[in-house]
Amino acid sequence: MKVFIYPTNSLILSDLVERFGHKPLAMMQVIGKKVRTQGLDSPPLNVTPEDPKFGLKYAAVEVPSGVRGRMALFDPLLTQAEAAVVVVDPVLSFGCQGCARTNELVNFLLRGKKIPLLRLDYPKDEEEAKLFVYKISEFLKSLKPEEVKK
Amino acid sequence: MDTINKMIVVKSHKVLPSDVAIKLYESKPDIFVKETCYGVLVTGERDVVENIILDIRKLDPYGIFIKERGFSPGEPFRCRSFRHGGSKPGFHNLQNDDAMLTYIASGLKALDKGEIPVETNKKKKLDIDKFVEIIKGSEVAK
Repeated sequence: MKVFIYPTNSLILSDLVERFGHKPLAMMQVIGKKVRTQGLDSPPLNVTPEDPKFGLKYAAVEVPSGVRGRMALFDPLLTQAEAAVVVVDPVLSFGCQGCARTNELVNFLLRGKKIPLLRLDYPKDEEEAKLFVYKISEFLKSLKPEEVKK
Repeated sequence: MDTINKMIVVKSHKVLPSDVAIKLYESKPDIFVKETCYGVLVTGERDVVENIILDIRKLDPYGIFIKERGFSPGEPFRCRSFRHGGSKPGFHNLQNDDAMLTYIASGLKALDKGEIPVETNKKKKLDIDKFVEIIKGSEVAK
């Protein structure tokens, strides 16, 4: 199953989802696809005039371009998501590394999608980490396993 | 050809990034490997890389963490040698995750042992009335 992770570039969530037999939907895949696509003229991210249109699906034109730009990248992940593991208010996604409005919008859209959703906090000690890993494993086990390629 | 970049983060007491790099070189010649301070970056064809990392994870299942990476190693827009030093974009995220990896490793070990952790009561946030009392009782307020 394709599992959306939030924060979308989290090493821990991406690793755990893959470890428990599902496909993580992470921002790195979208970025990777963009930077590896050849023949475009606006490196490094190769943003094309088509991209803002994907952002406009989620936010109106008067919404800051940063939100729309980010949503253009989130679009393929959100549309493919069949389940989601969300860390609530991760510190790193606040401030210059993130965009609070985009994060709110993504979480709102995830809740609206009616897909299996697991919300938890990042662990601060060993006991919390045990619970964190246990909850994620139980959640992922309850999902239909990803089809094995033949 | 569908290429993929994988970031292998090594946080282990028995495996070094150099061990992982050597193992990667041994396994397949047609991949690009870059050893870094936190682990190894691998670039290659999707199927080849995805199969190799399954073996790499077995070196230390609790000490090796893997995620996909958008940019290839040495990409001029990301590589510090082209950007005249400074931290790599993504460094702070990696640093943040790296601090938790030992906890996650112990969580994975506990899971493999079959431990079922008990949810402890969360610390409640400070009540506003109690906070007002503390302020009133402080020397500054007097």
